[in-house]
Amino acid sequence: MTFNQRHLLGIEPLHPSEIIALLDRADHYAEATRAGHKHGDALAGLTQINMFFENSTRTQASFEIAGKRLGADVMNMAMQASSLKKGETLIDTALTLNAMRPDLLVVRHPQSGAVNLLAEKVNCAVLNAGDGKHEHPTQALLDALTIRRAKGRLHRLTVAICGDIAHSRVARSNLILLGKMENRVRLVGPPTLMPAQIDQLGVEVTDNMAEGLKGADVVMMLRLQKERMDGGFIPSEREYYHRFGLDAEKLSHAKPDAIVMHPGPMNRGVEIDGTLADDINRSVIQEQVEMGVAVRMAAMDLLAANLRASAGQVEPGGPAAR
Amino acid sequence: MSSILLTNARLIDPVTGADTHGELRIEDGRITDPGPAAQVIDCRGKCLAPGIVDIGVKVGEPGERHKESFRTAGIAAARGGVTTMVCRPDTMPVIDSPEILEHARGRAGHSPVRVRHIAALTRGRAGREMVEIGFLRDAGAVAFSDGTHVVADTKVLSRCLTYARSLGALVIGHPQDPGLSAGACITSGKFASLRGLPGVSPLAERMGLDRDLALVEATGVAYHMDQITTAAALPALIRAKASGLDVTAGTSIHHLTLNVLDVADYRTFFKVMPPLRDEDDRMAVAGALTDGVIDIISSMHTPQDEESKRLPFEEAAPGAVGLETLLPAAMRLVKAGHLTLPELWRALSMNPARRLGLEGGTLDAGAPADLVLFDPDAPFVLDRFTLASKSKNTPFDGARMEGRVLATWVAGTCVYDRAAT
Repeated sequence: MTFNQRHLLGIEPLHPSEIIALLDRADHYAEATRAGHKHGDALAGLTQINMFFENSTRTQASFEIAGKRLGADVMNMAMQASSLKKGETLIDTALTLNAMRPDLLVVRHPQSGAVNLLAEKVNCAVLNAGDGKHEHPTQALLDALTIRRAKGRLHRLTVAICGDIAHSRVARSNLILLGKMENRVRLVGPPTLMPAQIDQLGVEVTDNMAEGLKGADVVMMLRLQKERMDGGFIPSEREYYHRFGLDAEKLSHAKPDAIVMHPGPMNRGVEIDGTLADDINRSVIQEQVEMGVAVRMAAMDLLAANLRASAGQVEPGGPAAR
Repeated sequence: MSSILLTNARLIDPVTGADTHGELRIEDGRITDPGPAAQVIDCRGKCLAPGIVDIGVKVGEPGERHKESFRTAGIAAARGGVTTMVCRPDTMPVIDSPEILEHARGRAGHSPVRVRHIAALTRGRAGREMVEIGFLRDAGAVAFSDGTHVVADTKVLSRCLTYARSLGALVIGHPQDPGLSAGACITSGKFASLRGLPGVSPLAERMGLDRDLALVEATGVAYHMDQITTAAALPALIRAKASGLDVTAGTSIHHLTLNVLDVADYRTFFKVMPPLRDEDDRMAVAGALTDGVIDIISSMHTPQDEESKRLPFEEAAPGAVGLETLLPAAMRLVKAGHLTLPELWRALSMNPARRLGLEGGTLDAGAPADLVLFDPDAPFVLDRFTLASKSKNTPFDGARMEGRVLATWVAGTCVYDRAAT
C-alpha cells in the first residue's frame, strides 16, 4: 500500500488504501514512541515551517513535536502577528516563505480553501492543519487511528458525531474519512448547527441524542465553538447542555463498550460532563492527543518520501523511516 | 455617409422570429430596404442580427479605471457583438447626481459602441435618501438601480418606487433578502457544506422578489428584476406578469451556463453575485427563458483585477467579465435546444431595447444600423489573455465554445472586423 499524494490538503482526495498506509505508519511511530524511541532521522535535513494564521496551541505543538522527533528543523511562525498586519496578501506570504526553500509547510488558516490556494503557489509539501470550516485532515486521521486501536477495526462501526457540525472542519474530515472506510455515521445536533443538505452525503442526521447514540460504537463530541457564533444558533449554553451535552445517561444509549472522543479543547459542562471526560474506561481523549503526534509524524514522513522521490531519490511511499 | 449592402446573409429577425436568407442595406447609419449601394459586403451565409443590448455592464469609470475603462469595455463589446452597453451606477463615486452622470457620459465617448447609463436609486446606494430621479432622467439615465445593494428599508423603497412611478422611470431591482444573504458567498447546499463556505439559501431570492412585487403592485411602477436565478422565484414572477404588473425579468449568462459545482476547488472566477446555483435551478431558469417568463439575458460584465481574485474564496471579489463571451456562451442555449436563434435575439437585443425605450433590437427599415455578423458554429478554445477587457476574470478560460463574431456595426460604422484583426 502506498501513499501517492504531494500534499495533505484534506481527506477528500485520499484513497482508502492511502488512509490505511498512513495509519499503519502512524501505528509504528506510536509504538516506537511508547518504547522510548523518541528520535528518528526520517526528516533529517528537511525544514518544516508551521504557519498558523489562527491561534492553536495544541495542534501547533503536536506538529512541532512530530517534526522534531523525526529530525526536521522546525520553525514556528505566528502569522497573525506578522506580515498580514502589514497588508501582505496570502499569496505573497507564501511566495516569500517558498523562497526560503522549506520542505514541509504546515498551514492553519481561518478561511475555507486558503490552504488549497497556498499549495498551488509553493514547491514544498503542504499539510493542512485546518482551513476555515473545510477540512482538518490530521485530526480525522488521529481519530481514525484511535478508533482502530480501541476497536480493532475501522469499518462497519457506528459512529455518532455530536454537536456543532456546521462550524466544524473536524466533523467534515471525519465524516468523509469514516464514510470512505465504510462506517455508519450519524450526525447529532440542533438543526441550527447542521450544514445544509448534509444528509445527502450518506450520513444519518438527528437532533435527538438518545436516537443518535443508540447502538453506537464511538461517540465523538465536538467543541461548541463559541468564538464562531454570530449569536442566535442556540438559546443558551445550559439548554444546549441539557439536550446535547454528553453525560452518563445519554451515553447509556450507546453500546456498553462505546468509546468517547473529543478533539479538544473541551468545554466541560457545555458539550461534555467533566466526570465522563475523565473516565479512563470510556474516554480516549488523552490517547487522541498521543495519536495526534504519531499521525503527524507519519504524514510528514510519507510526504517527505514522495518529495524525495519526485526529486529522483527514492521510490514513492517507500520505506523511508523503518 | 456612404451606403452598404450586406448580401448573402442569414438574417436573424427577433421581431418576426424569422431566420431567413437575404440581404440588408445600410444608409446614413440606418437600415433601409435592399437596393443598390456604394459598397457590397458578402456575408457568406453567416448570421446577421441586431446588435446586442447588454443591461448591467460595469465599467470602472469613475474610480476603478485600472479594472476597465469605457474604451476597453467598448472594444470588448464590439468584439462581442454588443452595440449598446447599459452601464451600472456602482462606481466610485456612485452615479447618484446629474454632475457625476455628466462626467461618466463625457468619458463614455471613448467607447466605440453606444453607452447608456443606469443611475443609482438612492444616494451612495446607501438605501436611505432617493436620488434626483427627475434631473438624472433629464441628464440621460435610462433606469434607476442600487445594483446588488438591496434597499433594505421597505419604507424607503416604497417612496422611491412611488416617486419613480410619477415620472414614469424604470427601476431595476436585485431580488434578494438582504438579511438571509448577508455574509454568504455561495449557494447553500451539499456542495457549500462540503467546502465549508457560508451559503445563502436560494429562497432569499424568492423572498426578496415577493417583497418587491408587493410594492410594485402597490405603486404601479415599471420594474425590472436584474437577475432571476432560481426555480423558487419563478411562480411569483409568472403570477405577477399574469396579473398585468409592469414587470420584466433578466438573468445572467453565467447563471444560464454554469452551476455551483463549477466552483470546484475554490475557483474564484466562478464567484458571482448572486452565487451560481444548482443544476436544477439552471435548467429551470433556461426553461423560463424559453417560455418568455424571463425576458432578458445580460452579461453582468464585472471586471475584477487579479489581486481582487487571488484570495481565499470568501475574501475574493465577486463578478466576472462577460461582454466578449456573451454571444458564444449564449450559443450553448441554442445548441442545447432551449432557444432558436431569433428567440435568443429577443432576449439579447429586442427585449432589452424595448424595455429601456431604445431604438434598435430590430432589422426593420428605419432602425439604427446596429448589427452583428457572426458564425454560430465556429469553434474555439477561450484564452482569457486574448480578451480586450483590462480585467481577464472570465469563468470560461480554457472552455470550448462555439460562435464567433465576424463583424460589428454601430450606426452603420464598422467597429469590429475580425478579418482585419
